[in-house]
Amino acid sequence: MLSRVAERLYWFGRYLERAESTARLLSVYTNLLLDLPNVQFLWPALVQITGYEQGFHQRFKHTTERNVVRFLLDDPRCSLRYCVTQARENVRTSRDLMPNEAWEKINELQLLLSQTDLGRISREDRHILLSNVIDLCLELTGYLSGSMSRQLPYYFLKIGRQIERADMTTRVIDVACLNLMSSRTESDEASDNILWMGVLSSLNGYQMYRQEMQERVQGLLVTEFLMRDDAFPRSVRHAILEAKESLSRLPRHADAKTLAEALSDQLGDLDVASVIDSGRLHAFIDDIQADISAIHANISETWFLR
Amino acid sequence: MNLLDYPSNARFYDEVFRAPNRAREGMGPLAQYLRRLESQQVRSKRDAAELAIRTLGISFTVYSDGANIDRQWPFDIVPRIIHGSEWDGIEQGLKQRLQALNQFITDIYNEQHIIKEGIIPADILLSSRDYRPECQGVKPKYNVWAHICGSDLIRDHTGQFLVLEDNLRVPSGVSYMLENRNVSKRVVPELLNKLPIRPMDDYPSQLFDTLCSISPRAKKRPEVVVLTPGIYNSAYFEHAFLAQRMGAELVEGGDLFVDSDDCVYMKTVEGASRVDVIYRRIDDLFLDPEVFHPGSMLGVPGLMRAWLNGNVALANAPGVGVADDKVVYTYVPDMIRFYLGEEPILPNVPSYLCSDPDQRAFVLDHLESLVVKPANESGGYGMFIGSKAAPEEFDEITRLIKKSPRNYMAQPIISLSTAPTLIDQQLEPRHVDLRPFTLQGAESYVTAGGLTRVALVKGSLVVNSSQGGGSKDTWVVDFDRVH
Repeated sequence: MLSRVAERLYWFGRYLERAESTARLLSVYTNLLLDLPNVQFLWPALVQITGYEQGFHQRFKHTTERNVVRFLLDDPRCSLRYCVTQARENVRTSRDLMPNEAWEKINELQLLLSQTDLGRISREDRHILLSNVIDLCLELTGYLSGSMSRQLPYYFLKIGRQIERADMTTRVIDVACLNLMSSRTESDEASDNILWMGVLSSLNGYQMYRQEMQERVQGLLVTEFLMRDDAFPRSVRHAILEAKESLSRLPRHADAKTLAEALSDQLGDLDVASVIDSGRLHAFIDDIQADISAIHANISETWFLR
Repeated sequence: MNLLDYPSNARFYDEVFRAPNRAREGMGPLAQYLRRLESQQVRSKRDAAELAIRTLGISFTVYSDGANIDRQWPFDIVPRIIHGSEWDGIEQGLKQRLQALNQFITDIYNEQHIIKEGIIPADILLSSRDYRPECQGVKPKYNVWAHICGSDLIRDHTGQFLVLEDNLRVPSGVSYMLENRNVSKRVVPELLNKLPIRPMDDYPSQLFDTLCSISPRAKKRPEVVVLTPGIYNSAYFEHAFLAQRMGAELVEGGDLFVDSDDCVYMKTVEGASRVDVIYRRIDDLFLDPEVFHPGSMLGVPGLMRAWLNGNVALANAPGVGVADDKVVYTYVPDMIRFYLGEEPILPNVPSYLCSDPDQRAFVLDHLESLVVKPANESGGYGMFIGSKAAPEEFDEITRLIKKSPRNYMAQPIISLSTAPTLIDQQLEPRHVDLRPFTLQGAESYVTAGGLTRVALVKGSLVVNSSQGGGSKDTWVVDFDRVH
């Protein structure tokens, strides 16, 4: 398999995952605002999650709902539209490696976004658009996992998705902790719970959390669940374990696999309470993100370098 | 459909009708089929064809971001039929021609017997824009340089097939030929079923076998790759199509490198992997920035070195263009006699060389009834058509011919044959040509039929897709096997 093709499939996986999670985040946070109309700090939080705050502030003066939505849907370098375009760019030269339906779905996605004026979409239409996007992404991933042979193309695509997923979940937790665990008053507690439920829902994890933790929703447990649960598909640890499993199917995988293993072990040993007590949570999450970047760098060096 | 109105014009040979409503021998079933088509059916067949092309075409039109980088291919539902017995002769003629051309290229880059014997003047070759001194002394496997050839054939007013051009560089169109058959299967299955048509879908396997046969390493399964300039090339669809059908990697220049052992490798997830045969779909001058255009991003630095050392096969080989020159073309019948000791089976279109003083004088006196072509252009560029030219174009071409006679040749305006073509709801005659594909490696092969291109504009002789051309499926039918 050509390195160039492997690299493009990997990035296809990453952008596809990023598109889906962007749509989900925006959809959940839009809903939360209906429950909690006063929590305006949520909009800056969404920009923080993208990691492109600088780009946002260059373009917009105020962090309002309208501007954030525009940014997340339509920004030329960081938005849902951008992710879908990039996903499509990356696979159009490797279309014969995946089922035709997958290619049709990605075109449908692109078409859906190009037919909508994303800068001016109403709240009502936004909801419909985002759920259509999420459905199309799920159909697409369904075709991929249901029809692609477990061979190199599938593994590269899957590794891309899992690395992106681990990265995205880490960002969501980081931003939630920054905003929710900082010094806020007792009276915020009720709304905090609703917000943590929102964090879980943005990763589609509320039901699974209830089943697994059998505890009411609270920040510490949610953080623990999303970081170290080994069964929930969008927990950081699960994503890394899945990536490790796919990495082990590739030729010359020793180094990448070792890195992934070390990270998943570290997450497995995580004791969130004591990390929070020592005030190191943000630093810890930074370390995890650095480790994810290191795995990405190793993948790129081992299989893509040209 | 009413065929009584189908015009017949004695100036042109019509592929189906010899007189109004009188079908040629063997064309009865087609004529009858067309006659019985209700206008409702015609519409639905045309829709079905459009749908089929869109479905196949999704693959090559949805790319359009802003600029449409691949346009749809207008397809006429009425097939073009050629008798199997006539085709056998054409097939022999094409093989003969390519064999002679390959011997000629070997000769030109080696002993140059044909010049020493006075058959072709030396200055014609050495002034050819596509003569590559780098190729001197090279003898590729089987002495074959042009492994894939896409000749353009036309029928004159008597019905005789003539060779208009030998396309030896990077001929394209074969994927459309194959796709046209797929469209026909969906659109006119009843007619297809009735006639014993020679299949053509084994072309990718034949191409793969040809490419394997020229591998420098004796391996059971040599590594064959298709080298494309990338997705923005207009023939990218074809490059991807052929790679996929052959099970070969589709590579871009950046995927390959030449190592210190002068062998070519591709960059794979397993590491570097040796490449034996490159079916290159980029021009000579972009192949290797170390030798040709230094700025080329499409090629592979060191590729010529690897080829000259015999470590990789290139199809077609660099330097083939020397035989794909409209002036050299006029000597092909002489080459066939010289190298093969045979008479040419397929004649050339009569041609006049402007480098010859007598012929030049004739050309300049008869410009209004001639087509004048530059020696090195393809795709109809720079062509002068006497019957359609404006007065200032006459002055311009006269000046150009006098300035560099070597660069021009002229041919009579040829009356391309016509074929019934669906225009709106009626059949009308439109001019057609034919591009069959010939392969030569350890063995020779000719496609059963080829790509029929049709000039959709009334009276037009220009069949190029960029200038209002469409295409037809081409059926070689063995009528003696009709039951």
